[in-house]
Amino acid sequence: MKYVSRPVRKTDAMALVTGKPVYTNDLAPKDCLIVKILRSPHANAWIEEIKTGTARQISGIEAVYTYKDVPQKRFTLAGQTYPELSPYDRLILDRHLRFVGDAVAIVAGESEAAVDKALKRIKVKYRVEEPVLDMHKAKDGKILVHPEDDWEAKVPVGADNKRNLCASASEESGDVDKVLAECRYTVDHTYHTKANQQAMMETFRTYCYMDYFGRLNVVSSTQIPFHVRRIVGNALAIPSSKVRVIKPRIGGGFGAKQTSVSEIYPAFVTWKTGRPSKILYSRYESQICSSPRHEMEIRVRAGADEKGIVRAIDVYTLSNAGAYGEHSPTTVGLSGHKSIALYRHTEAYRFAYDVVYTNLQAAGAYRGYGATQGIYAVESAVNELAHKMGMDPVKIRELNMPVQGGPLPGYGDCDTAESCTMDQCMARAKEMMHWDEKYPCVDLGNGKVRGVGVAMAMQGSSIAGVDVGGADMKLNEDGSYTLGLGCADMGTGCDTILAQMAADCMETPMENIVVFGVDTDISPYDSGSYASATTYTTGMAVVHACRELRKKICALGARMLDTDPEETDFDGEFVYSGEKKVSLREIAVKGTCGNSQELQVTRTFSSSISPPPFMVGMAEVEVDKETGSAKVVDYVAVVDCGTPINPNLVRVQTEGGIAQGIGMALYEDIQYSEKGAVRNNSFMQYKIPSRLDIGDIRVEIRGSYEPSGPFGAKSVGELVIDTPCPAITEAVYNATGVRVRELPVTPEKIALGMLKKDLEN
Amino acid sequence: MLKIKSYVKVKSIAEAYELNQKKSACVLGGMIWLKMGNRNVSTAIDLSGLGLDTIQEREEEFYIGCMTSLRDLETNAALQEYTQGAIRESLRHIVGVQFRNCATVGGSVFGRYGFSDVLTMFLAMDTWVELHEAGRIPLAEFAGQKKDRDILEAVIVKKNPLKAVYLSQRNSETDFPVLTCAASLSGDRAKTVIGARPGRAMIVEDTRGILQGFGEMSRREKAEAAGEFSKFAAGNVPLGSNMRASLEYRKLLAEVLTRRAWESLGGIGK
Amino acid sequence: MNLSFWLNGEYRHEEVEPDRMLLDFLREKGCYSVKCGCETSNCGLCTVLMDGKPVLSCSVLALRAEGKKIVTMEGMQKEAEEFGSFLADEGAEQCGFCNPGFIMNIFAMERELADPSEEEIKEYLAGNLCRCSGFTGQTRSIKKYLEYKKAQKREEAEA
Repeated sequence: MKYVSRPVRKTDAMALVTGKPVYTNDLAPKDCLIVKILRSPHANAWIEEIKTGTARQISGIEAVYTYKDVPQKRFTLAGQTYPELSPYDRLILDRHLRFVGDAVAIVAGESEAAVDKALKRIKVKYRVEEPVLDMHKAKDGKILVHPEDDWEAKVPVGADNKRNLCASASEESGDVDKVLAECRYTVDHTYHTKANQQAMMETFRTYCYMDYFGRLNVVSSTQIPFHVRRIVGNALAIPSSKVRVIKPRIGGGFGAKQTSVSEIYPAFVTWKTGRPSKILYSRYESQICSSPRHEMEIRVRAGADEKGIVRAIDVYTLSNAGAYGEHSPTTVGLSGHKSIALYRHTEAYRFAYDVVYTNLQAAGAYRGYGATQGIYAVESAVNELAHKMGMDPVKIRELNMPVQGGPLPGYGDCDTAESCTMDQCMARAKEMMHWDEKYPCVDLGNGKVRGVGVAMAMQGSSIAGVDVGGADMKLNEDGSYTLGLGCADMGTGCDTILAQMAADCMETPMENIVVFGVDTDISPYDSGSYASATTYTTGMAVVHACRELRKKICALGARMLDTDPEETDFDGEFVYSGEKKVSLREIAVKGTCGNSQELQVTRTFSSSISPPPFMVGMAEVEVDKETGSAKVVDYVAVVDCGTPINPNLVRVQTEGGIAQGIGMALYEDIQYSEKGAVRNNSFMQYKIPSRLDIGDIRVEIRGSYEPSGPFGAKSVGELVIDTPCPAITEAVYNATGVRVRELPVTPEKIALGMLKKDLEN
Repeated sequence: MLKIKSYVKVKSIAEAYELNQKKSACVLGGMIWLKMGNRNVSTAIDLSGLGLDTIQEREEEFYIGCMTSLRDLETNAALQEYTQGAIRESLRHIVGVQFRNCATVGGSVFGRYGFSDVLTMFLAMDTWVELHEAGRIPLAEFAGQKKDRDILEAVIVKKNPLKAVYLSQRNSETDFPVLTCAASLSGDRAKTVIGARPGRAMIVEDTRGILQGFGEMSRREKAEAAGEFSKFAAGNVPLGSNMRASLEYRKLLAEVLTRRAWESLGGIGK
Repeated sequence: MNLSFWLNGEYRHEEVEPDRMLLDFLREKGCYSVKCGCETSNCGLCTVLMDGKPVLSCSVLALRAEGKKIVTMEGMQKEAEEFGSFLADEGAEQCGFCNPGFIMNIFAMERELADPSEEEIKEYLAGNLCRCSGFTGQTRSIKKYLEYKKAQKREEAEA
C-alpha cells in the first residue's frame, strides 16, 4: 500500500494555507443582492400586522418578503435521507414565531446599508404569548409550540404536536427492574448536558443565481448538498430538478451544516427576483438561530454484581428540541444505543425517551449526535458505580468493555463487534497516563491537586441500511483519473483520503487523481458527510468503482493486445498479456477514439451494518482547591478507528474532537434570559477553548481491521468528542470529591461543591 | 452596524474637544467596542495624529498617552519593572495580541467598564487622568463620574515606590474575568481593588486599619492580616451575579484572591 | 474620503467611506485571504499586519491605514507556503478558514519574539481561534517550522 495508512498531505492544503479564495463568500458574484432576515424579539408570538411599505421604498431595496409571500407547505431543514424522521414543521416564514430569532421577514437589496435600513423600517405588531422555556414543563403543557394542524411527522416516531412531543419511545430487553433488584450495587442518578454551539469558524452562508436553463443554482457551505437540493425544492414548492447545489471548500461544520440553516432565504429571493443573491450569517445569528447540540437530561440506573459485572442499565432521556424538530427524533436514539452497548454483559436494559418542543432555538446535529450526551451519563454512572464498589474505574471497564466478536447490547446496528481493540486501547491509555501511579489523585502541595478520570466511547460508521455513498471513477485521455464525489469535505480531508484509496486501488500516484466534488448535477448521489459515514461508506463505493474500472481497463487493453481479458494483468501502468503489454496512456487514448466502451464507473454503496469505532479517553485535571479552577493538563486518547487511512488526519480529528469536548465539559453553555433570548450571542460571551485552555493532548491509534470497511477502516470523526465530559468530571471528582452532574463543570460548581462537602463533614 | 458620517483626524486636542461637544460626535479609541454597536456617529474624532500613543517615563510619573495600545502598555519594560509585572499580568488574558494592539488605554479607561482588568490595575496605583477641560483628576474620582464630553488625553501613574500584585479568576483563559483583584503597597499606603464584581472596579477601603503597618509586620502577622482583611473585603465589597458566576462564588473569590494578593505582597504567597 | 497607503508593498490611492472597516475594504480590493469569523474582535481570522504589527482588521477603520503599510497573506505568498507546508504536514490546516489570520500572526510573532517557548507561542497566538484542530497540531507545526528557520539561519551564518 503506497498511500493508505500513510500521513499524506491534504490535496487542498496548499490552497488553504496560502489563503486562496476558495470559500463560498470568496466566490460569490459581486452583484449579489444582500439578503438579511428580520428576527423575532419574542419567544412565542403571532404577527398581527406587518407593514413593509416604507422598507420597500428605500433606494436599493429589491424585495421584502413576509409570511404572506411564501409557500404554505411545511418542510424540515434536517439533512436526512427521505422520508426524513424529522417532522415537517417549518415554513420559510411563518405568522407564528416560536423563538427569539425566528424569521419574521426577508429583505434583499443592493447593499448592506440599504438592507439594514429597510430592516429597521419594517413595522410589526406582535401578539405576544407566554412561551414554554423549561423542557420539563413542555410535555402535555398548556402552551403548544406547534398548535398548527398541518404539522406532519412523515415517519411514526411517537411524535404528537398537540403534546409538544417531537418523538417518544421506549424499548426494553429482559426485565430491568428484576435484574437491578438482584444487583449487589446500584446507582440511580440524573445527568444534565447543555446545548453547545458547533462554532465552526465559517458561519452559515449561501449564494444563489439562475442559470441559462432557468434553474436555481445554490452554492453553499453545506455538509449535505443532495439533501439541500430536496429541501430547497420542498421549501420553495418547486421540483427539485429545478435546483442545483454546489459545495465549494467549507470552513468547518461539525454537524451544524447538516441542517439547511441558510439556504432557503437566498434561494427564495433568487427564485422570485431572478437575481443573484447571498446571505452571510453573522456570528450573532450563528449563535442565536442555528442548530446547536440538544440539551438532554438523562437518568441512568445501573447495577452490578459483587464481582463488578454490569448486569442492567436503564436509561431515560429527556431531550430539548427547541422550536423546530431538526434531528430531534434521531439524536436522542444515540443517547441510549451508543452508551448501553459499551457494557457487554448487560442482561437487561431499558431505553426510553421523550423529545419535547420548547420556545428556544431549534437544536440540530452536533458531532456525537446524542451519543456524546448519553455516553457522558452512562460513563459517569459507571464511574459512580465503581466508587460505590470500591473498584478502580479502569477495572470495572476491563471487566465489561466490548470485545472483538462479543455482543453490543442494545446497539441495534450490528449484533457483534466484528472489529474491536478496546482492550488494547484501555491498556495503552493506562500506560500512557501512568494511571496506577496517579489514580485517584496527586496533591501537589501548593493548593493544587491533580485527579485522573477515564471513559470509554463508541460511535457508528454511517447509518445502517440508510446512508448511501457514491463514487465515480473515470479514466481521462491523458491517463489520469477523475474521482467524482458527492460527499462533502468540510475540512476533514475526505477528498484526500478517498483519493488515497483510489490511488492504491488503481496503483497510480495520487497526483494522477483529480478529485471533483460536489455538484448535484454531476456528482454521484451521496447522502452527505455526517453520521461518521464518509470514510466507511463512500470509501467502499470508491473501492468498488475502482475494482470495476480496472476490469474495463483490462478489457480494452485485452482488445488492443488481441487477447482475452481473463488473460491480462494490470499493474497501474501497463496491461500485460504474457510478453505483450500496452500502457495505460495508450489505453486511455484508445478510449477516446473509435471506442464504444466507457472507461468510467459509478458505484454506490450502503452498509446494512454500522460497525462502531471505539476509544478510551483519560483526563488529568489540575484543580485549585480554593477557587475551583480546573485545567485539563493532559489528555490521553487511544482510538480504534479500524485501519487509519490517513494517520495524520485521524490524529488531528481526535485532537480537535477532544478540544471541543473540553470546551463542552468545562464552560460551553448556551444560556437564555428569562424571556428566552440567548445570552451568549457572540464569541465574546460564548467562549470556545483558546490554545491557552488546552493542555497536552496525546493520541495513539490501536486500529482493528473492520472486514466490512474499505481497507479495514471504520470511522473517527464523531467518536472523539464523546470521552472528555465523563473523563473530566470523573477526574474532578477524584481530585476533589465533588461530583458535578450538570455540565459544564465550572470553577464555581467545583469550589462551592467543595465548600458544601466541608460543611457536611 | 456602526455608521459614521464624517471622519476627522484632528490637529489638536482643542479641535477634538470642540467637535466632541455635539452629542452625536464620538472620539475613536481602539474601536473594539464602538464598532460592535449600532451607533450613528456624526463626526468620528480620531486622535491618532497627535502623538498620544506613547508611554513617557518622566522623573515623577509615567505619562501614558490615551492612544497607547494595551499591547504597548503590556510590553513597556519600565512599567513592568515598576509594577513587578503586575500590569502585564492584568493584560495578558485580554483576548489576544492583535486585540491588545488595537485596544487603547484611553478607550479602556474612558469606558469605565465593569469587567475592566485595566481599570482594576490602574486603581491600585497612584493614577490620575488628564482631561482637556477638567484637567488632572484622580482616576478613582474619574471612574465614579458619568461619561461626559471631555477628552481624556492621558493616564498618569505617579512613581511612588510600589509593590503590586494582580490576580484574576476566569472561567477560561481569555474570557472576561469573574473577579479581578489588584493590591499594592506604597510606603504605608495599602490599597486593594476589586473589579468585575461584576460592577466597576472599586477600592476596598481598609476602614478597620487591618493592613496598617503591613510592611513592618512579621511573617505571621502578615499572614493573619491578609486573612483578616480578605474576610473583611469579601464581606464589604458589593458583589453580584451575572452569567459568569453567582454572588456566592464571587464572595468566595473575593476572599481568596484578596488573601492571596496580600500574601504575595507580604512575601508569603505560594 | 481619500486614503493613501501601502497594500502589500504597493502604494495606493483609494476612495473610502468614513465607516468602512479595513476588513471589508481589503476584501473589496481582492484580498480574500482576510476572513471574518465574528463581530466581536475575538477570533483572529481577520489578522493583518499594520506597520509590522498584527491587528484585527475588523476593528480598524480603513481610514486609519492612512500612510501605513498593510500586509495581508496575498503579500506573503512565499512565506505562507513555507510555513504552510509544515502545517499541512501535520494535517492541522483542516478546514483552512482560520489559517490566513493565524499564519499572519505567526509572522508577527517571529518578528517580535526571538526564541519563544511553547508557552510564549501559545500566549502570542491565543487570539487566533481554531475549532477544527484542537491547536495541538498547530503547535507541532510551529515548533518544527521555528527549528527549521533556526537551522536555516545557522547555515546562512556559516556560509
